[in-house]
Amino acid sequence: MTYTSDKPALPESADQLRARIPGWGADLDPKDRPSVPKLQWQEDRTGAHWDFPDRQPEKWPRERSIEHKFLTPVFGTSCPPKGASGMIRRLAYRKFSEGRAAHWLLLLAADRVDAWESHLSSFLTARPDNPVTETGVLSEFSRHGISSRVGQKRSDVKHQVLDPVIVAGPWVLAVAVAVTAVRKLLRRS
Amino acid sequence: MRAMVYRGPYKVRVEEKAPPVVEHPNDAIVRVTMAAICGSDLHLYHGMMPDTRVGMTFGHEFIGVVEEVGPAVRNLVPGDRVMMPFNIFCGTCWFCARGLYANCHNVNPNATAVGGIYGYSHTCGGYDGGQAEYVRVPFADVGPTVIPEWMDDEDAVLLTDALATGYFGAQLGDIVEGDVVVVFGAGPVGLFAAKSAWLMGAGRVVVVDHLEYRLAKARTFAHAETVNFTECDDIVVHMKKITDHLGADVAIDAVGAEADGNFTQHVTAAKLKLQGGSPVALNWAIDSVRKGGTISVMGAYGPMFSAVKFGDAMNKGLTLRMNQCHVKRQWPRLFEHIRNGYLKPSDIVTHRIPLEHIAEGYHMFSAKLDGCIKPLIVPNAV
Repeated sequence: MTYTSDKPALPESADQLRARIPGWGADLDPKDRPSVPKLQWQEDRTGAHWDFPDRQPEKWPRERSIEHKFLTPVFGTSCPPKGASGMIRRLAYRKFSEGRAAHWLLLLAADRVDAWESHLSSFLTARPDNPVTETGVLSEFSRHGISSRVGQKRSDVKHQVLDPVIVAGPWVLAVAVAVTAVRKLLRRS
Repeated sequence: MRAMVYRGPYKVRVEEKAPPVVEHPNDAIVRVTMAAICGSDLHLYHGMMPDTRVGMTFGHEFIGVVEEVGPAVRNLVPGDRVMMPFNIFCGTCWFCARGLYANCHNVNPNATAVGGIYGYSHTCGGYDGGQAEYVRVPFADVGPTVIPEWMDDEDAVLLTDALATGYFGAQLGDIVEGDVVVVFGAGPVGLFAAKSAWLMGAGRVVVVDHLEYRLAKARTFAHAETVNFTECDDIVVHMKKITDHLGADVAIDAVGAEADGNFTQHVTAAKLKLQGGSPVALNWAIDSVRKGGTISVMGAYGPMFSAVKFGDAMNKGLTLRMNQCHVKRQWPRLFEHIRNGYLKPSDIVTHRIPLEHIAEGYHMFSAKLDGCIKPLIVPNAV
């Protein structure tokens, strides 16, 4: 037992486990485990045939962490920074290292601004944002939303009620502000 | 091409998007034949990962067929059926040369603390992902592997992250014969970690979750004992009681940033974004494992700080091991295990969804509806 030097007994022996579980002990020897030891020199370089890779063309000033010596030779080109959110992102990268909370808080703020910029600009396109289809909430009906939750002792149900508030709350607030502003304008005129 | 596109927290849709092009001599363009939604995609979907931009295509678990290769590509030709590790890596930087592909220093200008990952925000390099008809695959001579003819597509797509990560997580536990291993989380990574713990000689494997249908899978698929933490007054005390008050030898956190079990931790992290992640499972791991034990962290957390019980970890003399999985390093051994019948990853797949229904897929997976454990995305399914 624990309060002596003996290890607590196991319910099954190695032979019983080997008989019950396919492959039990196949990687018992650490030499058979591909990530042991952590650092392993890769003689084949996994197929690479360069010492330092060719550089990908930089088609716009690519934002980068100031902890890097230079722009990495390869990088993603999805969604270049744009609008007010892009200005915030560029500031976060230019001024603050990854070690600073300001770096990440600014990037999170930029994400929220980006969402609002994108929602508003979508109303100027042929395909405005549609919170019903884009949240996939209709799957509540096709994928057993009620029976998946009721009587299941799920720990997440109590905070899932916050999700509609998070998604719809800002929209309701924005509409309320807009309606109030329009009413005030009408009263003045 | 048709592609999943992020429209802000909790909102995605399918859009017509310009197909990817070769941007570097060692790029390939791959036509995606199957992708998956990963539990870590939900952190992006919920707006938790900094620098997740509207318009990005998610998806770091996918397989496909090579459509086009750049002029410097030697190891692939159009028509090859390939699987891509979720890591984008160069093969020759200080880290790749030593096998730490997940920590590659040449692919992510946005951060030095994390490598490059397909479709996983600009914090992970700003690459579009595979929940689309086509995807750009950088370093085509390094990352992708031709899928063996004997391997099923569904097994192959699960090797690109979930299975490799679960197997890697068990390795980081440094399991020795007879160890008691507790796995927090019965999602895909937790199920694979539990299954892998047996391969390494565990004497007992206990899986903890709050979703009964996932615990049922842990019993049948991973041969594990299970505990529903909502039925325990205190999960830490329960873990002590079932281990004769010693604690588990090894604990694996297969939950990460959106862990349930503590309302305040979850809401401050997942809803208010005031923490990098909700460390409920990690804290339970710290308190459930025995003194001198090992914790393997496979759950993904954001780069911000989290309220981790570090004092307990120090006072107990724990070894904490963690990383993103170096996927390709795991493949040769995992191929053997699948071929020998020790692992059948596709047994955990519960849903196969057409790309056009991706918004419903994300909501179902996020809200844990319809017994969902692992949803696959098939671009041209009907």
